[in-house]
Amino acid sequence: MPKKYHIPIKTANPRHHPVGKYATVEFREDCAGSCRACVKKNCVYGIFKDNYLHMSTMGEPEYLYTCNSCFRCVQECTRGIFSRVINPEYRTLGDEYWRPDIINRLWYQAHTGKIPVSGAGYRGPFVAAGFDTMWTDMSEIVRPTRDGIHGREYINTCFEISRRISPLKFNADMTLASQTIPILEIPLPLMFRLPDTLIINPPIVESAARAAQTMGTFLLIRPEDYSDALLPYARHLVPGLNKNNAADHEALIRQSRAVELAFDKDIENTLRIVRDIKPDSVLIVRIPLNADAASRALKLSALDVDTLHFYADEHGNELDAEDPRFLKDMIRKVHLKLVEGSVRQSINLVFSGGIAMAEHMAKAIICGADGIVVDVPLLVALECRLCYRCRKDLSCPAKIDDTIDPEWGSQRMINLMGAWHSQLIEVMGAMGIREARRLRGEVGRSMWFEDLEKESFGPVFGQRKIAGLK
Amino acid sequence: MKTNDIHFQFPKIVQVPDRFRNPIGKYSIRRNSKCISCGLCAELCPYGVHPRYDDYSKPLRPKDYKCIGFKCKENDFFCIDRCPEQALTLRRNPILETLGDYRWTAEMLIGHWEMAETGNLPVVDLEYNLGNSGGGFDKIRFKTPNPADYLSLGDDQIDTSVSLNKRGDGRPEVINGIPCYGGGMSYGSTALPVMVARARAATLLNTLTCTGEGGYPKELIPYADHVITQVATGLFGVREETIRFAPMVEFKYAQGAKPGLGGHLLGDKVTPEVAAIRETVVGNALFSPFPFHSVYSVEDHKKHVDWVKEINPRGLVSVKVSTPTDVDMVAVGSYYAGAHVVHLDGSYGGTGAAPDIAKKNIAMPIEYAIPKVHRFLQEEGVRDQVCLIASGGIRNALDVAKAIALGADGAVIGTAELVALECVRCGHCESGRGCARGIASTDHELGYMISEEWATRRIVNMYSAWRKQWCEILRQYGMKSIRELVGRSDLLVHLDYLDEEERSNYQAAPQAELII
Repeated sequence: MPKKYHIPIKTANPRHHPVGKYATVEFREDCAGSCRACVKKNCVYGIFKDNYLHMSTMGEPEYLYTCNSCFRCVQECTRGIFSRVINPEYRTLGDEYWRPDIINRLWYQAHTGKIPVSGAGYRGPFVAAGFDTMWTDMSEIVRPTRDGIHGREYINTCFEISRRISPLKFNADMTLASQTIPILEIPLPLMFRLPDTLIINPPIVESAARAAQTMGTFLLIRPEDYSDALLPYARHLVPGLNKNNAADHEALIRQSRAVELAFDKDIENTLRIVRDIKPDSVLIVRIPLNADAASRALKLSALDVDTLHFYADEHGNELDAEDPRFLKDMIRKVHLKLVEGSVRQSINLVFSGGIAMAEHMAKAIICGADGIVVDVPLLVALECRLCYRCRKDLSCPAKIDDTIDPEWGSQRMINLMGAWHSQLIEVMGAMGIREARRLRGEVGRSMWFEDLEKESFGPVFGQRKIAGLK
Repeated sequence: MKTNDIHFQFPKIVQVPDRFRNPIGKYSIRRNSKCISCGLCAELCPYGVHPRYDDYSKPLRPKDYKCIGFKCKENDFFCIDRCPEQALTLRRNPILETLGDYRWTAEMLIGHWEMAETGNLPVVDLEYNLGNSGGGFDKIRFKTPNPADYLSLGDDQIDTSVSLNKRGDGRPEVINGIPCYGGGMSYGSTALPVMVARARAATLLNTLTCTGEGGYPKELIPYADHVITQVATGLFGVREETIRFAPMVEFKYAQGAKPGLGGHLLGDKVTPEVAAIRETVVGNALFSPFPFHSVYSVEDHKKHVDWVKEINPRGLVSVKVSTPTDVDMVAVGSYYAGAHVVHLDGSYGGTGAAPDIAKKNIAMPIEYAIPKVHRFLQEEGVRDQVCLIASGGIRNALDVAKAIALGADGAVIGTAELVALECVRCGHCESGRGCARGIASTDHELGYMISEEWATRRIVNMYSAWRKQWCEILRQYGMKSIRELVGRSDLLVHLDYLDEEERSNYQAAPQAELII
């Protein structure tokens, strides 16, 4: 049996209490005291067991981070002294895009490496902005391609960042006439890049590099973040250079299998410089995802480039636009432009910015990406709360600016990405798709809000009078 | 055998209070130390918020979940104003913020608890008909009826029954007293008393409930005429006799919460009893494969249906499928293979544990699937011969009525029945010992927190309250039977499809920002 791709998941405990959603409040002045039927002893989850220590230190009561909200204590206390609130700290997590529930679930995945599972159906809005206006389709009884949870090891999640091989040409003597280029394949459709706008320090970089190596993917990295500690991971690092410094980093280019170059007008020259230094290097161009993205993609496809990396802002919005479009629509634009130009097969597209959950990865691929670049979630795996205090030079509540242990850090990242990988397989299994590459641009495996409204509700309710979601 | 009397008597309502000492209500009343225990509030309140006993003169904690809130202000018995010491304060219960979600709001949960307790519609001002999801059922409204159509009929003269067999193939018609039956929740995922209570309630209501894919516990045998045997991919507990028992056999090809994925019972829940009935090993997680590996075509599916029909000559066949984009083709295929009931399970429902990514993202919400399939079956000319049942995210009586008007014959209800048993939708059905509230647990302690009698009555009461709502809708449109409502989508409007002026005639969709 061939070796199967395996992500080594191992529990990596959080260093701080993960901020939970609920906090139990006691009105202790109403407590009967020494009550034999105290509900705290009977908590099904035993959450009160470790939460008495503040009493001896006369400290503030700790919030009960692990409350599972069963309401038993609230409803059973003989004096009714319990109530619940939403943990005020939970409300402060993240922002309107990186919602507290997303961050909390990312922590859970980084901790356990498991897929988030819950009961009692879906509890969110019917439809919401961004990726939440589309559903993936599944295959029903008559399609013989699905295997569900069995046979999932046969689902292939690889993608290439090297240029695709065009059809082979042969000489009259049947020797190969066309040149074959080396293939650089990654076993799962994602690469890493640490966000510039949050904390980056050597242990964090080492954690990400280690995770990239373990998972067989790449870390896109700024040259200034290189250190000797990263030498063992060199084959999994992709230096991010630009036209001004490309020529200065000859050694880096030589030791790396791929190089990422910032887009500018002279990109052709810069590409040539790198190609001259290392002819078999895979070349990635990093381009802002703005109004020019699609046309630039088409132009660049004619150059000596393997992969285009478009970056949106942290919320997945188009850059430099007054009324920015969302990542999913931008991916479609770029992808379709290349399809129209008949060059989509020859170049790879990866996108970053606003990819916050595993489903976003699957949906980005459906929209037309080959893969994604994970940025902010890597920091969230290290318990970042996205409070953005670091941007104001304030201390980090999760102490990420401290020295973290790269082994722990990398394990957290591996766990998170392992959980994402499992979820990708889960939806691919349901869709009856066995190759991530087959999922690319496969909108036939998705259903979109506007289309469903039109097809299903149109004949019943007529013309929709409200544009958008509200 | 089930009776075919459509005007069967609805069971008597028995008041069944909350299991817990402190029920959660919409309002909270606090009594401060100024109280002199004069007893005036107890005398005043007709809702029993202020308990007082003849031989005990001290003030007791108010039963504030019974309080009707600020609208009481206009009454001369409003305790807050009448209290001579101003010792009482009333406010919206702050705990509501932590209860419920976009689909099942806190008020919808509390409303259903009250229905399950009293068998009547809540007296407290609760919005139990609309959720906060901002789409689908929550934006669909019944059109303002013409007062001239109103029928002055009592509830007992209105028919809410649904026939499950329209094929006229000589098999029993199986008429349910209400346009709903219970969804499959397996032995192993729910507690045994809950399962038995659901079967008992189904018997009292002259409807059905479903075993789910966990085998057929012997405790259900007395109610066998009202229990659907589910045949799912794991084939757990599927035996010749359980197929023979059943008035209907349900093939579960997929389920809405995790379409394209199989069931997964975590090892913790596989107790010796569960293992015995499923013929497996204690403590080992149980996966149901996906899909049926014996079914890769409609012809294969027909083979399954024929097999069941052969073993049980009286039984009907239901086919439960999820809602992919080609759900209409699947429904027609199921019909041609011989199914009596086509059961569509939409993506937002489900009771058991499922991966979050699957619940949210795979397959379409049921609101889209019903009109799509209804139309397609009509175009194929077979709509009259198939019973179309919808489920997955159908939460309350109005949702059922809307689903019927969109084109379904009836609905399958899972979550609402659990809510009647005081599920708070915490979502931790699967963790550790299972449901802390004793509903979805096989733990030797938690699994027996609920008494069968209590649970039976709660479910019956909830449906009794629902029936009142259905009857009122039917009366308003001059209909005597809920069967007249099927496919009457002309009676519905969707807020997003109305001009602003027209829209203002209808109740706006709730739009609170929630933290989930």
